[in-house]
Amino acid sequence: MADRQEIRRGPGGPGGHGRRAMMAAPGMKIEKGTIKRLLSYLGEYKLRLSIVVLCILISAGAGVASSLFIQNLIDDYILPMLLEASPVFTPLLQAIGKIGCVFLAGILATFFFTRTMAIVSQGTLKLIRDEMFEHMQTLPIRYFDSRSHGDLMSHYTNDADTLRQMLSQSLPQLFSSVVSMVAVLFSMIHLSVWLTLVVLAFTVMMLVVVKKVAGRSGGYFMKQQKSIADVNGYIEEMVGGQKVVKVFCYEEKNKEAFDKKNEELCEAATAANTYANVLMPIMGNLGYVLYVTVAVVGGAMAIAGVSNVSLGGEPLLTLGTIASFLTLSRNFVNPIAQISQQLNAVIMAMAGASRIFKLLDEVSEEDAGTVTLVNTRTNEDGTLEECQERTGAWAWKVPNGIKVMQQNGEITEVQNPDSGFALVPLRGKINLNEVDFGYNEEQLVLHDISVYAEPGQKVALVGATGAGKTTITNLINRFYDIDDGKIRYDGININKIHKEDLRRSLGVVLQDVNLFTGTVMDNIRYGRLDATDEECIAAAKLANADGFIRMLPEGYDTVLEGDGSGLSQGQRQLISIARAAVADPPVMILDEATSSIDTRTEAIVQRGMDNLMKGRTVFVIAHRLSTIQNSDVIMVMDQGRIIERGNHQHLIEEKGRYYQLYTGAFELE
Amino acid sequence: MIKKLAAYIGEYKKATILTPIMVTLESLMEIVIPLLMAVLIDKGIDKGDMNATVWYGVILLLTAFLALFFGVASGRYAAVSSAGFAKNLRRGMFYNVQNYSFANIDHFSTASIVTRLTTDVSNVQNAFQMMTRIAFRAPTMLIFALAASFAIDAEMSLIFVCILPLLGLGMFLIIRKVYPIFEQVFNDYDRLNNVVQENLYAIRVVKSYNRQDHESEKFKKMSGAIYQGFVKAEKLMMLSSPLMQLCMYACILLISWLGARAIVASGNNADLGLSTGELLSLITYVMQILMSLMMISMIFVMLTMAKASGDRIVEILEEKSDLQSPRVNAVHEVKDGSVVFENVDFRYARAHEKEAGQHQAERKNALDKINLTIQSGETVGILGGTGSSKSTLVQMIPRLYDVTAGSVKVGGVDVREYDLDSLRKEVAMVLQKNVLFSGTIKENLRWGNEHATDEELQRVCKLACADEFINQFEKGYDTYIEQGGANVSGGQRQRLCIARALLAHPKILILDDSTSAVDMKTDALIRKAFAEEIPDTTKIIIAQRVASVQDADKIVILDDGHIVAVGAHEELLKTSEIYQEVYQSQNQSGLEEGGAI
Repeated sequence: MADRQEIRRGPGGPGGHGRRAMMAAPGMKIEKGTIKRLLSYLGEYKLRLSIVVLCILISAGAGVASSLFIQNLIDDYILPMLLEASPVFTPLLQAIGKIGCVFLAGILATFFFTRTMAIVSQGTLKLIRDEMFEHMQTLPIRYFDSRSHGDLMSHYTNDADTLRQMLSQSLPQLFSSVVSMVAVLFSMIHLSVWLTLVVLAFTVMMLVVVKKVAGRSGGYFMKQQKSIADVNGYIEEMVGGQKVVKVFCYEEKNKEAFDKKNEELCEAATAANTYANVLMPIMGNLGYVLYVTVAVVGGAMAIAGVSNVSLGGEPLLTLGTIASFLTLSRNFVNPIAQISQQLNAVIMAMAGASRIFKLLDEVSEEDAGTVTLVNTRTNEDGTLEECQERTGAWAWKVPNGIKVMQQNGEITEVQNPDSGFALVPLRGKINLNEVDFGYNEEQLVLHDISVYAEPGQKVALVGATGAGKTTITNLINRFYDIDDGKIRYDGININKIHKEDLRRSLGVVLQDVNLFTGTVMDNIRYGRLDATDEECIAAAKLANADGFIRMLPEGYDTVLEGDGSGLSQGQRQLISIARAAVADPPVMILDEATSSIDTRTEAIVQRGMDNLMKGRTVFVIAHRLSTIQNSDVIMVMDQGRIIERGNHQHLIEEKGRYYQLYTGAFELE
Repeated sequence: MIKKLAAYIGEYKKATILTPIMVTLESLMEIVIPLLMAVLIDKGIDKGDMNATVWYGVILLLTAFLALFFGVASGRYAAVSSAGFAKNLRRGMFYNVQNYSFANIDHFSTASIVTRLTTDVSNVQNAFQMMTRIAFRAPTMLIFALAASFAIDAEMSLIFVCILPLLGLGMFLIIRKVYPIFEQVFNDYDRLNNVVQENLYAIRVVKSYNRQDHESEKFKKMSGAIYQGFVKAEKLMMLSSPLMQLCMYACILLISWLGARAIVASGNNADLGLSTGELLSLITYVMQILMSLMMISMIFVMLTMAKASGDRIVEILEEKSDLQSPRVNAVHEVKDGSVVFENVDFRYARAHEKEAGQHQAERKNALDKINLTIQSGETVGILGGTGSSKSTLVQMIPRLYDVTAGSVKVGGVDVREYDLDSLRKEVAMVLQKNVLFSGTIKENLRWGNEHATDEELQRVCKLACADEFINQFEKGYDTYIEQGGANVSGGQRQRLCIARALLAHPKILILDDSTSAVDMKTDALIRKAFAEEIPDTTKIIIAQRVASVQDADKIVILDDGHIVAVGAHEELLKTSEIYQEVYQSQNQSGLEEGGAI
């Protein structure tokens, strides 16, 4: 069975090899308890796994039986028959029939366990993948902001791949190797205890060799991974900037630098592969040494007539016993070589599993909000009533005990013994009260921010990069939670609002437009999944997007791929505005939505946005001051503080920072 | 394809040839060893002859030692040759990519070049090792093991002749069915990764619209498809194990039965017929023969899969740069900074990024009948909407693309007559999509001129209004820039890129919308510095803001690949409708542009 491993590598290999090569060196650490946790996923398949275990036992048993059978064949049938004048073959035929049945059982067992393992390993992987993605969806924005996409992606590619290889290849093989080793061990003791001791002593020696070789190869292996990451990183950076390279005629210098890294990789790869390649010959040939040793020792014992100690109770070592034992000894040693070859794969898979579990252990976004958003109907007596169907009128359903700031600024606690809740109409009033916030503990990025936005007002945030404009919007939809102060939505502390409902009531259009693979219609409908085609088209019209969409080859059914790469920046932005329009939230956040569009296209996009802004509370962050002049309030921010506030006229008259910005006398970036 | 790739074995030819030789010798030893084992049993143990046992044991050990030597050597040579081959391939590809023109780069996407240089190379590397080792080992083993078993007993060996085709056919059928499934699964795999990637990029959108469940559904659908595909493929693939066992056990049973009869008939005498030792050898060969056959079938799978990678690599290697310096009489000196466009037409030859989306539109000229003369030392502004081919126009000057018709002259000489390096050293261009590389600010700047002194660096940074913010960094000019310039703001990045271009002391400086993220005041300061400090340099500025170009000697208005107007600010205000429109849209704010500085 020595070569089975190399073969198995074939089918799992495509893609696997390459992706594995992409794996970065850092993070090869294996956390404690990883194996246990991995096994807990297999728990789902308890019944199937017990069948697998049973089948592997039968299969391995058949394997051992086949080598024992050879002993029987020689000792009990062939040799006695040699002595007979007219040998009778019927008993032999019967024995062959019997062992044939055992073999058949073994074949069937192999058939069942390999098929079942395919289901178990792939099912486990699906389970882990799904859980990983589902969990990732619940993680706070902070998690995504603090990690590179490449790192996160590698959980789904490299880590899952190593796991796949281990579960579907290494694990069953390891198990069946161990089972056959145990089975063979018993058979050996059955034949001869002394010779078994010889084999065991030799095995210990082999393990020492394996440990030495595997240990060294592990070191080179890590070095290779690191070198691969290095070369790949360099390629990515340089090919990404290839046009700049051309402009500066930097090709030759690039080649030089590349050669150096490439040479390093070649050295590391040679060393790592050498160790991996020589392991099998070393193990295989040590097996032959064992073979000879056993033959000589066994032969000597047989000749000297040393009394045999065995479970089988044979008083003397016979020729057949030694012959069988020799076969067994090889079957005992081969799995060791196999296991040692699998070790690298297992270690890598464990490291991968550790990283996946780390992702699964990340704490989900907290949501203690009890206030929910409900559809309402106005009764004839003017009171609100909650209803199931979509009415277009919304209200916050506030349970008893939660404080709500009334229109007049008074704060009262909801006490409604009858229904247990109060309905506060959704209007879109947002207040920030003395808010402090920092992305980490050491440094506050917002100090004492107070903003009051009445329903339907347009509030503009202006300031240099890093002044904290976007941070404010991140706080309103609770991508991040504030450190001090209070944010109220229609008088309700947003911490008390169920997050999903809070975000449902806020629309966002960002500078970096993200579209999804799918039709234009799908992308617009992303804003509200139950929107009809007509509603989506109406939204597109509102956003000024209908015109260009109809010009696309398939109109609304045009499939966008790769983040809508076939569209211009302006067109993509218009779709994202339509997407926000279909969601129809009372409050909108527009974060630098037009800054990367040229001025003529901007006019079209701006019209779309103006349509969208009508009748809504809007927070707008803009690069060009011209787009925010008509705001009700303009907040000028500097280093996390609001330094000026007022409308355009007022701020111009003040001749402060806004005036300087407006006249171009102050730097915005 | 194989011939193309084989050329990259290069200096590793010796190792590449030695590998299969060593593998063959190793396999040979592994065939001989079971024979020796048989002799050891027959002549030693069977006869109770300790001397013979030890003697044959020593021979066996020596053979094993030889096998070990060959095995280690083959492993070593295989590692050396495959790693070396991969190195040469990567170098060949990387070098060729360095020679690519802009058009070549547009042809392949960046991501595709990167995958080909990384994943595809390692696929081919694996296949290469496979080829030099197992592709030699398996057939050798098969042939020699068959030969050896025939030598032992020809009649018995007929068993193999019957069983082998059965196994071969079984494997062939399995592989033929499995291969397309695997291909499908790997496609699904890419789509799954795509879902994850989109989700990561758009996580704010997902969360804003509460689409976590929707996204999970999408993901589960894909992961479900992968599960189905893999299970289906593996179930088929795994049939090979029981099939193998079936053949193996059948062989063992047949050999046992026929062997027993033969031994009895010969009286356990190897010379007369079959002996017990030979029986054991035959059984060892059963394994080796069947295994070899399975390996051979697997090699076919591996190679077909690697073939796709090989093809993709060859594409990179074969791609000829469509821009080359003239072979003879290349002009090395650019006389002055004058630029003349004469009846220039230009059409993107292949799928260009921006055109990729316009499926049905026939590819039209990106530049159409362009005639333009720029005097040395002039400042020229270029305005126009998205897609009006502003960038395309200026990229003709350093010959980043070749004109389709007409000619572009720099310093009175057609750009196609210049040595490319000489031309590009004199025509510095700050690209719209510009990048900084990981390294210190100094290192990045020196791309412009690697021998520049620190004083020169400072001087150009002052010109580009970058000196001030650089000095505010804790480490100043030694501040480390992350990949892509992630740790500086957009405006800072642009100013560093300008400084980098200035360092080259070009005769022509082209700024392709390079100050879009810089505020108006700084923008004005940079332009003022240009006018005062490098008056002799021709400056060509593409901009969105009228303010950025209104002081230029000449403003060129482009629309849809045509020049619709050329003239100074005042002139255009009177004559060009588009110019008036743009000017007004940017100045309707009321305040006169005079406040800009």
